[in-house]
Order: sequence, then C-alpha cells, then structure tokens
Amino acid sequence: MSARRIFARPARFAAIAPYVWMVLFFLVPFAFVLKISLSQTAIAQPPYDPVFDVTAGWDALKAALAALSFDNFRLLASDDIYVFAYVRSLTVAVTATALLLLIGYPIAYGMARLPKSWQAVVMVLVIVPFWTSFLIRIYAWINILQHDGLLNQILLALHLVSQPVVWLSTDSAMYIGIVYSYLPFMILPLYATLAKMEPALEEAAADLGAPPWQVFWLVTFPLSLPGVGAGVLLCFIPIVGEFVIPDLLAGSNSLMIGQTLWLEFFTNKDWPVASAAAIVLLVVLLVPLLLYERLQRRQLELGR
Amino acid sequence: MTDELPKTHAATGAADREAAPGQPLLRIEGVAKTFGTFRAVDGVSLDIRAGEFFALLGPSGCGKTTLLRMLAGFEAPDEGRILLGDKDIAQALPHERPINMMFQNYALFPHLSVRDNIAFGLKRAGMARADIATRVAEMVALVKLEGLEKRKPDQLSGGQRQRVALARALARRPQLLLLDEPLAALDKKLRESTQGELMELQRRLGTTFIIVTHDQEEAMTMASRIGVMNAGKLAQVASPRELYEAPRSRWIAEFVGDVNVFDGETKLRDGHRLVIGTRDAGPLVVAEPREPVGAGKLAVAIRPEKVKLSRRGPVSEAGYETAINRLDGVIADVCYLGGSTTYKVKLETGGTVQASVANSARLDVDAYSVDQQIVAWFSPDDCVVLQS
Repeated sequence: MSARRIFARPARFAAIAPYVWMVLFFLVPFAFVLKISLSQTAIAQPPYDPVFDVTAGWDALKAALAALSFDNFRLLASDDIYVFAYVRSLTVAVTATALLLLIGYPIAYGMARLPKSWQAVVMVLVIVPFWTSFLIRIYAWINILQHDGLLNQILLALHLVSQPVVWLSTDSAMYIGIVYSYLPFMILPLYATLAKMEPALEEAAADLGAPPWQVFWLVTFPLSLPGVGAGVLLCFIPIVGEFVIPDLLAGSNSLMIGQTLWLEFFTNKDWPVASAAAIVLLVVLLVPLLLYERLQRRQLELGR
Repeated sequence: MTDELPKTHAATGAADREAAPGQPLLRIEGVAKTFGTFRAVDGVSLDIRAGEFFALLGPSGCGKTTLLRMLAGFEAPDEGRILLGDKDIAQALPHERPINMMFQNYALFPHLSVRDNIAFGLKRAGMARADIATRVAEMVALVKLEGLEKRKPDQLSGGQRQRVALARALARRPQLLLLDEPLAALDKKLRESTQGELMELQRRLGTTFIIVTHDQEEAMTMASRIGVMNAGKLAQVASPRELYEAPRSRWIAEFVGDVNVFDGETKLRDGHRLVIGTRDAGPLVVAEPREPVGAGKLAVAIRPEKVKLSRRGPVSEAGYETAINRLDGVIADVCYLGGSTTYKVKLETGGTVQASVANSARLDVDAYSVDQQIVAWFSPDDCVVLQS
C-alpha cells in the first residue's frame, strides 16, 4: 500500500523534481515579489523600503515587518488607470481567445480529418513559424500593416479601398498580431483531442439519425472540450499579460496591464506598485486556472 | 439461390413499410466499391429476407465490413443498387436510413449516460419526452441493464457495454440491424452466452439481423444463412449445414472448418459412382456430385470427423457400401482436444489424412499412439468433389 516500495530510487527523485522546481522558480521569487509589493517606493538601491537585513538583528527585522503595508493594493483599486488596464487586458484576452477558437477549431478539425500521411506535413507547417524569432515575426507584421505595406498594396490593387487604410497602432493590428502569434497554441491541443477521437463515434451519431451539424454539436464538440479548455487556457493566460504585441502594434491611448506594469517598473521606477500589479494579475489568472483544474479532475474521476 | 423471389413484391410507396416475413427486405444488386486501386467489394448481389439472421463471413480484408458500411451509409457504392423495399438507398446518408448498426467497439458516447446513449436516436427522431422514457425503460429491460441507467460507459464492464450498444441500436426499432463483429471484444465464455441471447432476442423481435464476423463458428451458431466472402466477392450463400457439407469450392471447404483435400483426376465413371485417382491417397471412390463435374483436375474433400480409424480395417456395419475408401498408414501425430482427438495419419501412398475421433469413452482403450499401424476409411457419400 505504500508508494515507497513501488518506486525505485531514481523514480522517487523524478517525482520530487517538479516540486523542487516549483519552490525554486515559482514560490521563492513569488515571495520576493509579494514582499516588494508590500513595501514603499524609495530613492535608494534597491528602490524600495524597508529592506530585510538578516544581519541587523531581531529588532530591526521586526521594525521592517511592521513597515510593510497594503497601501499599494489600495492604490491599484482606487486609481482608474490600473482598473482600466485590468479590464482592457481581460477584454482583449477574451476577444482574442474567442477569435483564436473560431479560427483554430476548423483548422484543427480539418487537420484531424486529413489522411494520416498529410497530418504530419500540416503539423510541421503549423509549427514552422516558431523557428523564426517571435520579435522578428511581429516586426514583419509592422511591415505588412504599415501605410505603404503589403496589406494596403494588395487592398489598393484589388480596388477594395481607394486609399491606404490605417492599420498600425489600432486594435485591429493588435488582434491580428495576437491571433497570428497564438494560433499554434490553440490548434495543437485541439488537434490532439480531435485526432484521437474514435471516428466510429461520429458514425454512430449519424447512424442514430443525427444530421451532420447535430453530429458536431452533440458528439464531436462535447468530446473535444478537454482540448478546447487546454487551448483556451494556453492562449488566454499569456494574452492577459501580453506586453510586446500591444506595445508594437496597438495604439498608446489604452494600455494593457503588462504595459502598465512595464511603465511602473522601468519608467516610474516604482517597484512596489509594479509588484502589487503583478500579484493582482496572478490572482485574477488563478480563477480560470483553478476552474480548469477542477474540470480536469472531474474528467479524471470519470476515468478518461 | 434467391432468384425465385417474386419480381413485384408488395411495394407501392413507403419504403419504410415492413416487408412480410420471407420477402426480401433488402436487395443488393451488383454493388462494388474501390479504394484507390483496391477493389474492396467486387460486384456483390444478395437478397436479405425480412426477419432472417444473416451472417457475412470471411477473412479480414475480404470486403465484408465495407459491404456492411455501404448498407449503413458510411461508404457510397461506386456501382450497383441497394434496394430497401423498393427504394434505392445506395446514395442516402446514414441518418436518412431506417437501418441501425452496432459497432465493433460499440462506439458508445463516453460523455453520455447509459440512458442518454439509448435515448440518443429517439431524440433525433423527434419522439415525445414521455415516449422516449418508456422506450428507454423497455430497451433497458430487454438487455437486462436495470439499475445502470445513470452510469457512464466507462463505468461498465465489457459485457454491459455490449448490451448498451445493442439497446441503443435497437431503440429506434430499425427494419434492419447491422452488427459489426459484435462479440469480438468479449472473452470466450461470455461470447458463447451472448450468442444465445442475441439469437433469442432476434427471434423475439423479428428484426432482420446482418452480422459481420470472421469467426466461422459464430456465424454457424447464430445465422440461418451465411454469405461467405472472399476477395470482394460472395463465394457462396447457404445455410450453415450446406456450407459445411456441400462447400462450392476448395477455398470455402478449407475456410469453413478443417478438411482433408486430395487433388486428382477422374479415372472411372460407374453410374452414380466416380473413381478419382489422387496423387496422395491413390484411387478414391466418391458419389457422383449433383452438379456434373468436368473431366479435368478435381479435388476430393473429406472432413476429419468423417474419417474413421481402426486397427484392422473397415468395421462391418449393417448396410455399408462395399466400395469403401480404405487407406493404410501409421499415426504420425496425436492431438487430444478434450471432446475429441485429432490423429494425423501418414499414408503408405505418401499423403497424410486427418481424422477426428470423438472421445466417447473416458478410458483410453480406443486411443491410438504415434507410429501405430492404422487403417483410415470413409464412405464415398461423405466425400465432396470440388473443381480444383
């Protein structure tokens, strides 16, 4: 009954490794950030106060602890700039994820229905853009979307527009950039669930009198929900914190939380507020994560 | 063999009409299907009578599953017609056919409960909620799954899953039920009891069943008629007994059960007897087959259980023919199978013959041992003459 006897020593080490990783690279840095978020900004090195100094003795440590406060969190809640940034981040992430799902699902579905030999080829085509640096690809989009860029040239040549359209520094450009960059993250988990789905299930639905659209809605889609969940999370969470794409492609009149964070940290040198913003973002993102976790556990309990 | 069917059977409209028992419910005419360059089904014509239990039997890759899939509508035939009643359904989509199928691995919807799996087809048919509940309860009782309605498929045993699949396929009361290797996933004991239950169910409901199987014992046990397929063609359509005792070709004789086959040529024709000279077993006397055979190369087939063994030669029986086939040899191999023992006899003429002897006594007083001198003999009436 004890797991210890089942696992050999190397296996036991392998089982511990993820926890060591979590502590070293998540919990410890998180503790730092949390502590900074409770500090006050100061013109000093490092630029916040108090600083814990273990060599200064017990009383100094107690004084430092007493100096910690939740002021930065109160500021985040009271200042519209931050609230708007969070709301915009979530709006952008929801919209972009919805677009990604709408575009990614048919592609993944089509891939899963291709002959086996073709699936590998298309898979490579989906992954190939990763071989080029992400930043270069976004700069390429700037090139395509600019005033005399490729997109406007094509639109003009096709006489779809009479004068160049302003693309750069708009939300459209940002959504194009986000959807383009994150599409593989949506397609791959969807493809994985759709490809391993037994084709006989769809045939059984058709056999029992379901026309094609019902086959999709009653069988294919519900059974692909684990893939939908994975794809949505893989896109939604990083998009909420996205910094590069909105910074390069969107206008500067409304910022996402990632950009606000960057401003606080590098321009205002206000580490504590930036840290508090990061902590709130993490908490906001924990909600969908926990929901997904619960969903997965229920799936596991069902034995699938 | 079904050519005597009336050309104008009562069909004046609605294809959904139930055909009278014995009338052809389904008529397959010259159906063919090619995948790339592979001709999976090569011109099959077959009539299925209403209410019969028909088995499509053949080795894997013979086209039986493709034929079944064309009946269900998952493949469209390249040639030919599939008439249900008087309506050609060859190009109809699966959901438009009053035919249901039980899938090989059941294909139960994993996200739906037993009840919802069974109700799936009824909901699609637009049945009233109360009627669905009644029908589901009826089907659950029919396959003895009471108390498991709320379970998901993965909370069921293999046998229970098989029942859900059957109930789901029968719930719409299809005119024709297709079963694709329905028992292949069950272990031997369960398979045997389920065979009996399926036959009982079919008799009670009167639904026409077409089962696809590669297991000849299963086909023989359950079906009233068997269509043997080989390389995309129907090799023979016959009752289990006819298939076993009067196979139409050497391939069928060898595919269905065990058989000894001796190649040879006609030597002598004497009234209702034929003497065939074989290379491995010398001259064999056989009964003149019903369909006259040509003079060329022939084969004599004899089932192992029809070959008798004794130490001293043919045992005198009242009324047995004098023109008995007697082969001398030594026992080369003994295979004890419980109910019977199979002996391999090395003949003096060079060939070997297999004899299956029922172990009718518990003690082995009648058993033979390896290297023992033996006489194998069989009646001319038990031989089948095949065009080689």
